[in-house]
Amino acid sequence: MADPHASARSEVLGRIRAAIGPDRPRVRIPRDYDARREHRDVVELLARRVAGYRAVVRRVASADLPDAVGTLLTRRRVRIMLGPTDLPEEWRVPDVEWHLDDPPLTVEQLDRADGVLTGCAVAIAETGTVVLDAGATQGRRALTLVPDYHLCVVRADQVVGTVPEALARLDPVRPLTFVSGPSATSDIELDRVEGVHGPRALEVLIVS
Amino acid sequence: MAGTGVTWLGTPTFPKAARAALGDTQLRRNLRKATHTIRDKRAAAVAELADWERLRAAGAAIKDSALANLDVHLERLEAAVTARGGVVHWARDADEANAIVLRLVRAAGADEVVKVKSMATAEIGLNEALLAGGVRPVETDLAELIVQLGRDRPSHILVPAIHRNRAEIREIFRREMPSASPGLTDDPRELADAARHHLRLKFLSARVAVSGANFAVADTGSVVVVESEGNGRMCLTLPETLITVMGIEKVVPSWRDLEVLLQLLPRSSTAERMNPYTSVWTGVTPGDGPRHFHLVLLDNGRTDALADEVGRQALRCIRCSACLNSCPVYERTGGQAYGSVYPGPIGAILTPQLLGDLSDPQQASLPYASSLCGACFEVCPVRIDIPRVLVHLRSKVVAAKSGASPEAAAMAALGWIMRDPRRFEAAQRAGSLARLLARQGRISRLPWPGSRWTSARDVPAPPRESFRAWWRRTRG
Repeated sequence: MADPHASARSEVLGRIRAAIGPDRPRVRIPRDYDARREHRDVVELLARRVAGYRAVVRRVASADLPDAVGTLLTRRRVRIMLGPTDLPEEWRVPDVEWHLDDPPLTVEQLDRADGVLTGCAVAIAETGTVVLDAGATQGRRALTLVPDYHLCVVRADQVVGTVPEALARLDPVRPLTFVSGPSATSDIELDRVEGVHGPRALEVLIVS
Repeated sequence: MAGTGVTWLGTPTFPKAARAALGDTQLRRNLRKATHTIRDKRAAAVAELADWERLRAAGAAIKDSALANLDVHLERLEAAVTARGGVVHWARDADEANAIVLRLVRAAGADEVVKVKSMATAEIGLNEALLAGGVRPVETDLAELIVQLGRDRPSHILVPAIHRNRAEIREIFRREMPSASPGLTDDPRELADAARHHLRLKFLSARVAVSGANFAVADTGSVVVVESEGNGRMCLTLPETLITVMGIEKVVPSWRDLEVLLQLLPRSSTAERMNPYTSVWTGVTPGDGPRHFHLVLLDNGRTDALADEVGRQALRCIRCSACLNSCPVYERTGGQAYGSVYPGPIGAILTPQLLGDLSDPQQASLPYASSLCGACFEVCPVRIDIPRVLVHLRSKVVAAKSGASPEAAAMAALGWIMRDPRRFEAAQRAGSLARLLARQGRISRLPWPGSRWTSARDVPAPPRESFRAWWRRTRG
């Protein structure tokens, strides 16, 4: 055989065609599930559901955001915070050493930091999820992964009710990370405990 | 058998393995606790969605539509991944997939790889193949790590170490983890923390990672991994090279299809509204994550399953393991009795179809590892009618057997007796004699060949008098 790759490819595809046969089943996908649902207050629901994962959640007015960031960082006694290159100036509160990802931080620098502050792309109220897409105020994926503490700012207009609504807003070819609470495991007796390899602390500020 | 690693060599048939498992009271206690905890939570997570049944129907149809044009979707997936800087490989069987991965790891100059939990790589025995090729695989999922450090076999799809309780896990960590403190307790939080420290340096220095995939989108080339601990994100993001091994049935036609599957999977599997982390990536993104991405598309018996019109629904499986957690047989025997990386009800229909040799006694025993109670079908998020496939496979097992089997002989004899009323009556009188063997109305040990039946079940004692005899006495 000249090219094992070409022959494996054509053989697998050939097996599939033979297995399906000439009369291919026509499958209609019923889409009568709830793409959206009526929620009285999606922001309130998001706050409750994120808190349900034992993450800290605060709702703040836009003008109070810097103060809220400062309060949370002081409470955690954070010294070194990371941020994406486009982290808004007013989010960088004083008394904290800010390291932005420009030039790109090394893995050791990521590991030495106390935490990271980012925005998000979309948040899903029903599931208590924030979605990062490496877009504005978020940066690359490693930034929100290696530090042990992630503080995430969600704008009220980024909050949707359901998973289908969120997926419709996202661009699938961007690197996406759906975050629902701090890292956790159910691997010991199928009981959930928080805090394994990802950030062990997640805090969310919802701005409206 | 060369080319497949789904089952473990030398594994006894299910009834034999089950008998050993049933004698292990610790195992039964661990399993009972874990499966009952998760059953109740799943029910609550599912009850929260009013459209759950409609989501299940859509999920089944999405997977069926992917399978109906599987060749087309795989070619589109390949084109989309390639266009975004990834490299796609095709593997007919386990050996071919293992050889591809080993070659890629060596090309990257690595002698160690970090692994995200993956059923496909467990199925092909990738770890063994890497070790034989001089590459150390490091499992990073907590349960996989427990299995690897304990030199154990997996017993559950989602939580491979479900048969271990916290005290046993502490013992394994104390023995096998150089960094574990001697004062380590069995508090799950402390155990998770020990795993974090053990793996931290590996994550930060690994050059190659190997993962599976939960879904891949044909339209866009996007690959999805669903996880909890963040070990997945570490592997998918930090190393330079990422190799993903994916069964060909994991492809879905479009991005929109994930809006259904990402609701069905977490609620069915860990009973959460959403799992902590879901990663989606498409080829290579400059400046963000691995610089080299390889996608290995694996057949390994899947096309044989696809050829069976009844059995092919097993390929819808999204590996949530709700069927294991709800199964009364699994709850008592545990996963290792199935002798396969795919245990429980789904394993009982998937393993024999992937291996495709029902003349093998172990494979042939799996479709009988069920009471057909139907709990598995009820909880399956993609509506796989497991009882129906089990019965279908049983008929194939019978067809694969020669006419000289004990059942065939018994049926032939029964036919001869029932054709003649006098012979039938004589046989009934003789049957009543079996009462002499009974204790409290049950017979637990018949002489051969009946012993083959009573080795696993009791027989009710036959009545003193047959219906025909009673009718003649009272009405005649």
